[in-house]
Amino acid sequence: MAVVETRGLVKQFGEGAAAVDGIDLASADGEFLVLLGPSGCGKTTLLRMIGGLEPPTAGDVLIGGRVVTNLPPRARQIAMVFQSYALYPHMSVANNIAFPLKAAKVPKAEQEKKVAWAAGILGIEGLLDRRPRQLSGGQRQRVALARALVREPNVFLLDEPLSNLDAQRRASARDELQGFQRRVGTTTIYVTHDQVEAMGMGDRIAVINQGRIRQLGTPREIYDDPADTFVATFLGSPPMNLIPRNGHLLGFRPEHVAPRQMLEGAGGDLVPIHFLATREEYLGAERLVYGEVEGAKAVARFPSTVDVPAEPGRGYEFAVLARDLKRFDAATGLRVAGPA
Amino acid sequence: MAGTGTALVGVKRAGARGIIYALATFFALFAALPFAWMIITVFKQNTDLYTRTNNPFLFNEPPTLGNIDLLVTQTKYLTFVGNTLLVAAAVVLITVVATVPAAYSLTRLAGRWGESLGIGIFLVYLVPPTLLFIPLSRIVADVGLNNSRWSMVLVYPTFTIPFCTWLLMGFFKSIPWDIEEQAMIDGYSRLGAIWRTVIPISVPGILTVVVFAFALTLHEFVYALAFVSSSAGKTISVGVTTELIRGDVFFWQALMAAAVIVAIPIALLYNLFLDRFIAGFTLGAVKG
Repeated sequence: MAVVETRGLVKQFGEGAAAVDGIDLASADGEFLVLLGPSGCGKTTLLRMIGGLEPPTAGDVLIGGRVVTNLPPRARQIAMVFQSYALYPHMSVANNIAFPLKAAKVPKAEQEKKVAWAAGILGIEGLLDRRPRQLSGGQRQRVALARALVREPNVFLLDEPLSNLDAQRRASARDELQGFQRRVGTTTIYVTHDQVEAMGMGDRIAVINQGRIRQLGTPREIYDDPADTFVATFLGSPPMNLIPRNGHLLGFRPEHVAPRQMLEGAGGDLVPIHFLATREEYLGAERLVYGEVEGAKAVARFPSTVDVPAEPGRGYEFAVLARDLKRFDAATGLRVAGPA
Repeated sequence: MAGTGTALVGVKRAGARGIIYALATFFALFAALPFAWMIITVFKQNTDLYTRTNNPFLFNEPPTLGNIDLLVTQTKYLTFVGNTLLVAAAVVLITVVATVPAAYSLTRLAGRWGESLGIGIFLVYLVPPTLLFIPLSRIVADVGLNNSRWSMVLVYPTFTIPFCTWLLMGFFKSIPWDIEEQAMIDGYSRLGAIWRTVIPISVPGILTVVVFAFALTLHEFVYALAFVSSSAGKTISVGVTTELIRGDVFFWQALMAAAVIVAIPIALLYNLFLDRFIAGFTLGAVKG
């Protein structure tokens, strides 16, 4: 078990903008920390620098309080699961799992015990004689996890390990992966661009854009109290509505808009929103009503169980609870304190 | 209706298979015929061979071992075979030792220059030996290898290395970086990771290189003719053609024997690796 820390970590490829632009980040011990951001934001580069696969341009990486910046990957006591799983195609599943043990020159009998133990945790005892190409996507993922687990590393580094699975399999894999991490209790750094994975699995999420951390916090903090307009619009689907008003941007989530009378009993000040509906999408469990508020595009989301009239082409007097309104600086996009 | 439909499909399928087998048989015979003819010729007596009215595929007179005897006792054929094997083994070794690190560094470490450098190296292979042997003969003379079989060990890698480097580059490119990096995470240095992942995965490619370098050495003629003149240093390709064609007299049966004796073991050997060999040539092209 160990804490992973980065101090002023910078990675510059060639002349252009830095891929990772001065990141200070510290995990808690045993934490499931998610690095979330759009593709090309630098999250994978950050993970590769923590793993020692990419030398940083500046800054330091610390694992368990020890500076490892100049150590090769093998000296860092980490395990990594790549997006492709990177199983060794020329070896059986058993040899794949035993590979890190062979590297560490663990005695043969001990190797077999450890492989059986790791395979047992992941439920792949029946696959040990197979080759990677004979496995399904989900089985490959479990073999990769078993191989990561077998040497009992200080840290797991996971790079979008679920992106190769189909949507159905992904939901159950999220559940398995988080359960697995809770059981072994190893500090885990998980890279993804999928907000559902991040929100569902992370103890904390670091939202990254253009090589910088925009916000670090629990899923609830990130969603309910976004630090800037990037975080506000990157999370949530559809994202937070942003309405320009008095030199600020007024932000509210689509699910927080409702007809006045429905919110009056909720307790709290109401801020009126004049909503001009233009289009409606019926999605089964919910309805999305697209429209305009004060000239800016906005979306409202209603559960299908609630009957809210919203005909395209008509205006409605909706409202938002004042505590659900966030204010952002129009120029910098940063959150501004105080009531709307 | 459905029954007749299935039957029709069955007939069509059988017809398609029949055509494929007919074609395959035709081409197999087409490819095998020269060898059959050669083998028959090896055992023919002169009078049988040179009588125009005789069927060339039948023994009109009793077969003889005299031609093989002539090849072995009156030429230095066994020396040629020995020289060829020695040169081939040395060239294959040099080629593999040089191309594996070259191709690896060009694909993995040279960045965007790697690809163009690889093509540049390949272009060297296209310069014909009929031009190159002139400057090369000067070099061979300067290093004192004139008229020695080691001159071929020196010169042959100049064409095996470029082609094989390019061949292996295609191979290494098809191996995901992830696998190597995974091995580095799992506890090995870069060299250790290469040795345990890249090399074993590219065995078909390396075998292709071995076969290719071996075959090139075996049938190379121009350099062998230019650099070696004594019988003791000749390889098969030059040895048999210079010593079994005397003026306008062709010792056909012995020539055939000389070719068949080396061709058959090599054909059997290639057959053992055929699947891997084909994988070697197609892996770079086909993804997945």
